[in-house]
Amino acid sequence: MVAVVTSLMAVTGKNPVHALLWFVVSLLAMAVVFFVLGAAFAAALEVIVYAGAIVVLFLFVVMMLSLDRAAWAREGSWIRGPVWVAPVGFVVVLGGALGWEIFSVPLPVRAGRAVLPAEVGLKMFSGDILAVEMASLLLLAGLVAAFHLARGSER
Amino acid sequence: MSWQGAAGLALVLFCIGLAGLLARRNLVFVLMSVEMMLNAAGLLFIAAGMRWGTADGQIMFVMVLNLAGAELAVGLILLLRMRGRVRTLDGDAAVLLRDAS
Repeated sequence: MVAVVTSLMAVTGKNPVHALLWFVVSLLAMAVVFFVLGAAFAAALEVIVYAGAIVVLFLFVVMMLSLDRAAWAREGSWIRGPVWVAPVGFVVVLGGALGWEIFSVPLPVRAGRAVLPAEVGLKMFSGDILAVEMASLLLLAGLVAAFHLARGSER
Repeated sequence: MSWQGAAGLALVLFCIGLAGLLARRNLVFVLMSVEMMLNAAGLLFIAAGMRWGTADGQIMFVMVLNLAGAELAVGLILLLRMRGRVRTLDGDAAVLLRDAS
């Protein structure tokens, strides 16, 4: 519930910094949900990586953009009124279909089991080592691309 | 929390992110909406992993986290470069390729 409300505030906000703070609260609520589901490792990663690193990255960029009150006013004029009608309509249709799929089929719910971090690590670095390599390659590609784009065109 | 409760929460968060992605023009908010949708997908992976009692869900969550980090780094750098080029954050202003300027 907290996650839903704060996500709504983050998406509909006008000031990027306020929206980021709402997004942090949403991410922390998601971490609590992960912990309740029995995924302590994922909850820790959510707090560290999402609420720590990614939001700080957003914050640096928002600071570098040096937004002022005129930018906020223009932002407010972009998101007023009928802009929301078509997207919310599409989303209601899609969400209705997906929700009907989820809630109409009575799945046999087993008792959920807490999966410990040691188990995750063992599985990841023994069975799924190819996925780890692919993730490292993806991060390397992102790093090279970010460096290349940030270096500018002074060649 | 039941499996269907977690899946429903993931669905609602995904829909919020999708609505933000479609409605906003500011690219900062567009990237934030994309992060929200990826987060909802990760929640669905976690919920499915809980439901089957295996560690695969959390492994896939780590992969989603990697993807989100790489995508966000490249996206924010592109945002800064575009800001330096066209002096606005409006996604509709990125028509420089079409104008061949």
